[in-house]
Amino acid sequence: MTAVVDAPTPQASAPVKTGIRQLLQNNIREYGMLVALLVIVAFFQWQTDGVLLTPLNITNIVLQNSYIVIMALGMLLIIVAGHIDLSVGSVVAIISAIAGSLIVNQGWNWVLAAVVCIAIGALIGAWHGYWVAYQGIPAFIVTLASMLLFRGLTLVVIGESGSIGPFPEDFGKLASGFIGDPFGGDGRHLLTLVLAVIAGAAVLFVDLRSRAAQTRYGFDPSPWYVFAAKNVVMVGAILWLSWTMAGYRGYPNVFIVLAILVVGYTILSTKLVIGRRVYATGGNAKAAELSGVNARRVTAFAFVNMGALAGLGGLVYAARLNSAVPKAGDGLELDVIAACFIGGASATGGVGKVSGAVIGAFIMGIMNNGMSIMSIDVGWQRVIKGLVLLAAVWFDVFNKRRGAVVAA
Amino acid sequence: MSDALLEMRGITKRFPGVLALDDVNLEVQHHEIHALVGENGAGKSTLMKVLSGVHPAGTYDGEIYFRGELCEFHNIRQSEKRGIVIIHQELALVPHLSITENMFLGHEHTRRGLINWQQAHARTRELLEPVGLKESPDTRIGALGVGKQQLVEIARALAKNASLLILDEPTSSLNESDSEALLELLTTLRDRDGLASVLISHKLDEISAVADSITILRDGTTVETLDCRTERVSTDRIVQGMVGRELSNRFPSREPKIGDVRFEVRDWTVAHPTQEGRLVVEGASFNVRAGEVVGISGLMGAGRTELAMSLFGRSYGKHLGGVAEKDGVAIDVSSVPKAIHHGIAYVTEDRKTYGLVLIDDVRTNITLANLGGVSNGSFISTPKEGQVANDYRKAMNIKCAGVEQPTLNLSGGNQQKVVLSKWLFAGPDILILDEPTRGIDVGAKYEIYTIINQLVAEGKAVVLISSELPEILGMSDRIYVMNEGRIIDEMSAATATQEAIMHSIMRDYEAGASRVAGVAS
Repeated sequence: MTAVVDAPTPQASAPVKTGIRQLLQNNIREYGMLVALLVIVAFFQWQTDGVLLTPLNITNIVLQNSYIVIMALGMLLIIVAGHIDLSVGSVVAIISAIAGSLIVNQGWNWVLAAVVCIAIGALIGAWHGYWVAYQGIPAFIVTLASMLLFRGLTLVVIGESGSIGPFPEDFGKLASGFIGDPFGGDGRHLLTLVLAVIAGAAVLFVDLRSRAAQTRYGFDPSPWYVFAAKNVVMVGAILWLSWTMAGYRGYPNVFIVLAILVVGYTILSTKLVIGRRVYATGGNAKAAELSGVNARRVTAFAFVNMGALAGLGGLVYAARLNSAVPKAGDGLELDVIAACFIGGASATGGVGKVSGAVIGAFIMGIMNNGMSIMSIDVGWQRVIKGLVLLAAVWFDVFNKRRGAVVAA
Repeated sequence: MSDALLEMRGITKRFPGVLALDDVNLEVQHHEIHALVGENGAGKSTLMKVLSGVHPAGTYDGEIYFRGELCEFHNIRQSEKRGIVIIHQELALVPHLSITENMFLGHEHTRRGLINWQQAHARTRELLEPVGLKESPDTRIGALGVGKQQLVEIARALAKNASLLILDEPTSSLNESDSEALLELLTTLRDRDGLASVLISHKLDEISAVADSITILRDGTTVETLDCRTERVSTDRIVQGMVGRELSNRFPSREPKIGDVRFEVRDWTVAHPTQEGRLVVEGASFNVRAGEVVGISGLMGAGRTELAMSLFGRSYGKHLGGVAEKDGVAIDVSSVPKAIHHGIAYVTEDRKTYGLVLIDDVRTNITLANLGGVSNGSFISTPKEGQVANDYRKAMNIKCAGVEQPTLNLSGGNQQKVVLSKWLFAGPDILILDEPTRGIDVGAKYEIYTIINQLVAEGKAVVLISSELPEILGMSDRIYVMNEGRIIDEMSAATATQEAIMHSIMRDYEAGASRVAGVAS
């Protein structure tokens, strides 16, 4: 007798097939989340009598959640690396305070001040990275300390009841301005539509190219109907969203920033060596180290990156509020962390996607927005958001357990 | 119904991809020490996990009768309640707590919800008495040696009214005298209290000394049960049962084509990472030539893994001295990337902890040590990566549903092939293989031996660390023997035998004992 039962093996020489079933099974989390997003959108669209998806409100949702999405990108890498950063709300506060004193009090050029602020954010991240990666203190504790530290420093800079503002108009446009329209159309914003078409074409092009590469390397790419359906949905979503925003004042400035960052971090997490190393470190730091990955440096990178993004988030926050206040960013860390976990990141590290974190942030954002339009009590809003977070993570755990049973 | 204390009948247990136990039978009589032997991966530990309820009833086929009653345990608590207590190789004691606290962990004596420490201490003192441990119940577990910790475990088992004690490799981390004391205690408990025990061990001389009967497992099946009361069973007889008919051709043959010295280590000394002044590796020197397999043999704790990991980017302990040379030139191996850069690869003995990112798939695990090989600049080419992974999957015969399958679900042998693929893709000249066939089945072992032969045929140098003497003897061209952190002997494959290696180690122990005695006097 033989003691080994072979795992199911396709014919050794046949290329690996990607069936639609397999595709669904592998991506159940992403599709589940998209379905959840659609259900939530449909629900609020119905409950708010169509207010949710008006051009004005969609633009608002983007503006309201911009800094959460920005910071969720950084938080995702931190969580994937197996850590957590509780300090981002306080970092937003200290950065907006610094921005206020540099731009408003000292009269600095706002571009220069912004660069300095992001650099300070990165330095704060380096501080966290040093304690976590090189001194081995749990990130929870290091960033809990920072939460107090930077909130305290914010009070020192602007005083308990003080506030710095208003900011110059140009700076404010970072958070509330819109891209201009050189085509000068009345009605729909033409540049927005042009950019949307370019973006849609780019998505198609990239996907076609990766399909060609797969074929070249001897893989059977996904069936054409899956490919077509995926692209129709993605390009359709881009065009629809842009069409709607073009009906108000076009893309907000911050939306362009977001788009660039999301594309950039998607590439970093899936295509760049450093991204791969973050996942490996979070998945099994010891194995990664013994494979030549400098896990400490990777951890430090994740924190520096988070700091810089929190710096940017602080700037956008200050610009949106048009002043720096001691309460800035209070509790923001929870929204940012929740976005990542709703988006399927694993609390034990090694798992999580940029697209997930972005969708997670918008699930939270749309719920905030929708419930506010419905004038649901703020207390109940929190209760509901808490339950949604728990349900999302439960869905993950449930899936994993079911997967394990199937495997056994 | 026989009057056996324990009877396990037709136990069959499957894991994803592996049939771990196939119709296994085990019968333990009252008042006996029953040894359970078999090679790594033969299914001993799995069988005991089935018995103790770690693998709950329903996840295996077959029946368990204890004192003649059919038992279906769903967790350890249930089996312990019936008097079956298992003591794992990794002791389940909390080092920061005292003996008393450990003794009653999970079974605290309470009155109105409060723990009565006076009573607990008194009871602990009573319990330590029969196992011959003279320590204050207040002593922290961490302050005791492993041998004494083992005694605490046994005392704790007795406190649970154990009538069947299962010991998994109890002496593997004990020195000679502690081992002897432990085995003596088992015989005393048997004769005085009628306690039956199942002893899982690799140390066959121990077994032939104390066991009343021996059940031999091989590849998840029961080979035979030997009765030692009627006649003495020799270790050779046990080995014959363990390895079976395949003894003659377990290792693929190879024509050695040995070249110049590829890698040389001189006076390598490593200190323990936390215990001040304790040397784990002491002045180790060895070399390996191109096209040569050099075996490093030794008992558990001899310092072989520590030596290898220290050489591989100082991944273990503190490096106190010594040089590493490649092709006659000293090289810097002070970090893992540097060691990889110099063409060294280390395949770990513990693939789940140190070898694989288990939640990641086959593809990303294979390329992890050489991401540059599948990248343009810092961009990873996913298709190229997939191609590399598929090539290795074919070449190494990795059985998986696809390279996108998480390594978590692969069998041990296939996981090991993924780890090997990772290091082959890094393109090393010198491979240090640490227990490369631990816990994998015979078929996969043969495949791994074949891969080793291919590697040396390509002119690579291979260092093979293994606790299995037949493997060392069957695969190596030259053998170093290591003991207590030092390389104590070197022999050619032609002259080496299991006895020669064991004698070498025993002589060193005696010399060590006299050294210590000399210092003391």
